[in-house]
Amino acid sequence: MTIPASIVASGPAGGFDESRRTAPHVTIRSLSKHYPDAVIYDRFDFDIPRGKLISVFGPNGCGKSTLINMIAGLVPADAGEVLFDGRPLSRVKFGYVFQNYREALFPWLPAFDNIAYPLKVMGVPRAQRRQRVERLVAHLGVKIDLSLYPYHLSGGQQQLVSIMRALIVEPEILFLDEPFSALDYEMTLFMRDQLQRVFMETKTTTVLVSHDLEEAVYLSDYVLLLSRHPAQVVEFVPYDAPRPRTDKTLSEPGFIATKAHCLKLFQREVHRG
Amino acid sequence: MKTSNALLPLVGVAILLAVWSLATALKLVDPVLLPSPLATFRTLWESMLSGKLGVDFLKTVMRTISSTAIAAVIAIPLGILLGSSEKLYRSVEFLIDFFRSTPASAMFPLFLVLFGVGDRTKISVAAFGAALVILFNVAYGVMNARKTRLLAAKVMGASRIRVLFDVMLLESLPQTFVGLRNGVSLALVIIVVAEMFIGSTDGLGQRVFEAQQLFDMPGMYAAIFAAGALGYSLNLLFLLIERRFVHWAGR
Repeated sequence: MTIPASIVASGPAGGFDESRRTAPHVTIRSLSKHYPDAVIYDRFDFDIPRGKLISVFGPNGCGKSTLINMIAGLVPADAGEVLFDGRPLSRVKFGYVFQNYREALFPWLPAFDNIAYPLKVMGVPRAQRRQRVERLVAHLGVKIDLSLYPYHLSGGQQQLVSIMRALIVEPEILFLDEPFSALDYEMTLFMRDQLQRVFMETKTTTVLVSHDLEEAVYLSDYVLLLSRHPAQVVEFVPYDAPRPRTDKTLSEPGFIATKAHCLKLFQREVHRG
Repeated sequence: MKTSNALLPLVGVAILLAVWSLATALKLVDPVLLPSPLATFRTLWESMLSGKLGVDFLKTVMRTISSTAIAAVIAIPLGILLGSSEKLYRSVEFLIDFFRSTPASAMFPLFLVLFGVGDRTKISVAAFGAALVILFNVAYGVMNARKTRLLAAKVMGASRIRVLFDVMLLESLPQTFVGLRNGVSLALVIIVVAEMFIGSTDGLGQRVFEAQQLFDMPGMYAAIFAAGALGYSLNLLFLLIERRFVHWAGR
């Protein structure tokens, strides 16, 4: 459970109250949501820890995406409350990455302007927008020709642009909805490592919805396992292998044990009812 | 291989000209009804440059362009407005579909009463027909804006107005151009018909009709080809503009 030095070093600046640093970042209380044919959430409570990457995993149709969509305000909840350090969503800068990058990016803007678009919405002057995008690109070490339009980029590059667009506002929380499921396997592996790098660089609280258990465990500090709907927390499984994790991580006993444990719980949920 | 493929469209043209030449050379068709290609194209060339055909051509171009422009100015903003609210569009959908299905030529007598004999009637009937086609396409373009893209803008904090201008408007552009191309084709059809029958003294329609009345067959074919070339060019023009401004369409 040792925290790598880099985290401490790049952590929030001084004057930050220690109790806040360890307090949960997002508190979800009594969240309820039903669709005409099913109750998806019924008084769901959960705390999202600060500065961690958590994956949401569970049986098909249990409402993994619905959960982050409600937290991010894309889907209205029937009842309940989601607070970010006690503040409502409207006062929070957050990033959201869609599964379908093809439809989430703006094809009429070059990649660079796509990344800068959230800043434009915020009213940041053009020169400053340029600077901030350039800084982010340098920070992440991205090697894509950003003067190209999205349709000239590969799927992985497009999703990377989407992720940068989500990061450009320096969000305090980042949501990703199955971001790599439309990519081929080779690109998925590459993008996992890109995301891990982004996370290590920025330490942004990240919530990733995944349908791939290997990916969920590999990337996460915690895996949030959900039950069939109405979704409950089956277990919040910690996985604390040091970063950067690599291909070797996948064959380490700790990884295999965690994955097997999650799989067992998942199977039990799938076969229940 | 590449160049031979580029020449493929000319094959059909060559076949048509060959069959046509053969038919006139062998006198398979009465030469009075079907002049030779050479005679036809010579007439086309001469009357376009020096004769009245060039003037008529320009008249028809002006009328078609004016009616399409009027239609676009009215229909595009209205289409965006209607498309931005599905409820609003559904409430007028029947009216739009009904008048879109009504042959615009059936409106001539009404417009004659309203605007009298002259350019105003021709242009307004054509604008009426074209406007409905454009309106329908723009509204659908706006309504069918990709949900994910709208959500993406919303998630980034864009206001409704910003979403409308930054996303919906651009999302609807490919469909808007489909509307414009169909609209300009329809406007040309209506203008040419109007020129034939509504006390016209100029225009391609009048030219075709007059040549036929005078039994000037090369003149008639020349005018028909001029009208065909005009329709084709207008379509091509809009396609080129579309490719320039809507570079992402279909990608």
